[in-house]
Amino acid sequence: MGFILRRLGFYLIAFWASITLNFMLPRLMPGDPVTRMLSRSQQRLDPQQIESLQRLLGVEGGPWWQEYFGYLGRVLTGDFGVSISRFPTPVSDVIAAQLPWTLLLGGVSLVIAVIIGNLLGILAAWRRGGILDSVTPPLLVFIGSFPYFWLAMGALYVFGVTLGWSPLRHAFSVGMTPSWDLAFIADVASHVLLPALSIVLVSIGGWMLGMRNTMITTNAEDYILMAEAKGLRPRRIMFNYAARNALLPSVTNIGMSLGFIVGGALLTEVVFAYPGVGYQLLAAVQGLDYPLMQGLFLTITAAVLLANLLVDLVYVRLDPRVRVS
Amino acid sequence: MALPPPAPVSGRPRGRASLRLIRSLARNRKAVVGLAILAVFVLLALLAPALYPEDPSRIGSGGATPPSPEHWLGTTAKGQDVMALTLWGARSSLFVGVLAGVLATIVGVVVGLTCAYFGKAVDEVLSLLTNVFLLLPGLPLLVILAAFMPPGLGTVIIVLVITGWAGSARVLRSQSLSIRGKDYIAAALVTGERPLRIMLREILPNMASIVMTTLLGSVIGAIGAQAGLEFLGLGDANTISWGTNLFWASTDGALMLGQWWIFIPSGLAIALVAYALAMCNYAVDEITNPRLRKPRRAASATAPTAVQAAEPQGAHQ
Repeated sequence: MGFILRRLGFYLIAFWASITLNFMLPRLMPGDPVTRMLSRSQQRLDPQQIESLQRLLGVEGGPWWQEYFGYLGRVLTGDFGVSISRFPTPVSDVIAAQLPWTLLLGGVSLVIAVIIGNLLGILAAWRRGGILDSVTPPLLVFIGSFPYFWLAMGALYVFGVTLGWSPLRHAFSVGMTPSWDLAFIADVASHVLLPALSIVLVSIGGWMLGMRNTMITTNAEDYILMAEAKGLRPRRIMFNYAARNALLPSVTNIGMSLGFIVGGALLTEVVFAYPGVGYQLLAAVQGLDYPLMQGLFLTITAAVLLANLLVDLVYVRLDPRVRVS
Repeated sequence: MALPPPAPVSGRPRGRASLRLIRSLARNRKAVVGLAILAVFVLLALLAPALYPEDPSRIGSGGATPPSPEHWLGTTAKGQDVMALTLWGARSSLFVGVLAGVLATIVGVVVGLTCAYFGKAVDEVLSLLTNVFLLLPGLPLLVILAAFMPPGLGTVIIVLVITGWAGSARVLRSQSLSIRGKDYIAAALVTGERPLRIMLREILPNMASIVMTTLLGSVIGAIGAQAGLEFLGLGDANTISWGTNLFWASTDGALMLGQWWIFIPSGLAIALVAYALAMCNYAVDEITNPRLRKPRRAASATAPTAVQAAEPQGAHQ
């Protein structure tokens, strides 16, 4: 329990830090942020938008701490202000429409990459110097060296433009209305496949090598030797004895790589014009939609922190040692 | 933040150690492959002005043409030579990547050593900061920072360091912490050595290989992040780099028009450099951690490697 509470406290501090970073960023730059944004947007904003911008950034006057606590209060109640590029939709509404798509894309690719990568790692470590161990790691490292977005571009070019097997953009076909019927689900699946695959391809090598290296260390433990001496079947030793204990660093890595997956998904979403938070974040940056930008960043951060908390809960379940100390 | 270079502790043993390092690097296939690829790219980057003296971004006529004897890698929609763009791009991409990687590692070393040496409250605060930065999603943070800061090459480098230092700091902190606990550090403290000297001359040289691997990792990360940032159009649009090449390829619709020769070279170059750096990284890992070295014979399924891997000297590490 103490472990979980400590982690919870840490995540709260991390979230507070990201809110504070958001508050400070516009102020660290020289000059009044609202005026600077106005000059950048070349007077395209109407007075209402300017007012909402001022309200969001908390530059309505008063000492900085008053502005700060006002900002903190608004963010914590989910009030990110009003989007400028999609005026007058509230930022929280825009985000709510985008978030499920990113969760779908990120979730699907993470699960596939973790399962296949770890399985390959287990097998490679079990037969050191075998075909799987000598051929796959360098190949996957090479594929993993490609930038996420470039591999996505290549996949889009080959399977989308040239072969025409895959849709070129968006999360579902034009003219379809989101619902839970089979035709729509199939359509969504065909749209998520290629982007997810491009993320899986790049990230799988890291999982495999991490698992392989931990497995090699675990394989040298005395209890593995003991299990062999007892005459247990190799498959049982491999999965129930070695892999089970080697899996712990992988579980921690899932939490670590979540931020990375969200980051990679940003570029992948841009290439495939996939309507997730990453795609929207870039659109917000291009449209100088500062309220939406900040709202999206805080949402992504909150999602990553929440997912890490879940990973911690799983970790406590898997490793009794953290419960004791 | 001027760090004096870590001076060799004493001439002879270190000299022999570095010679041994070079010899084992030359014997390691991964190291040879990695260093060879890197050497080719550095050479091409240095020779770019000599090979293509004209301004590669100058807009020519003729539009996009596929590779031909005249233009080895074809031309872009703006009539620019793709080969010239790729070679000139290597200059900025390698420079920014290495500089940002080195700076991030220096920050990581300073934070790691400070944490380990002073411990207690200093350690608590700095590790908290490190862990927070480690948890903040990198690319979205990169995008937000780049959006608020004035565009330019300096911004790109600063932003890459801000998002990149935490990873190396965490690794270097735990390594310095374990060295900090060794007896000879206690001995150095008792003899009254100054903190800076203990950090730089006693702790730092003993984790040189870890610093090396984190440095290589940071450079890989910086090159990739820079390319991503520029691909999104958030870098410095005036410099020619692999990222901006891909940005223009995408903006000009090279992908949809089937002009593969425009976007393949820059991406391939990033991948090759990252691969070469990763190979060097694994080589350093293998040289310093004997357990990861390749076994001489392939082990069969019925005789798992457990027994073989538990070599006497390996088992008691």
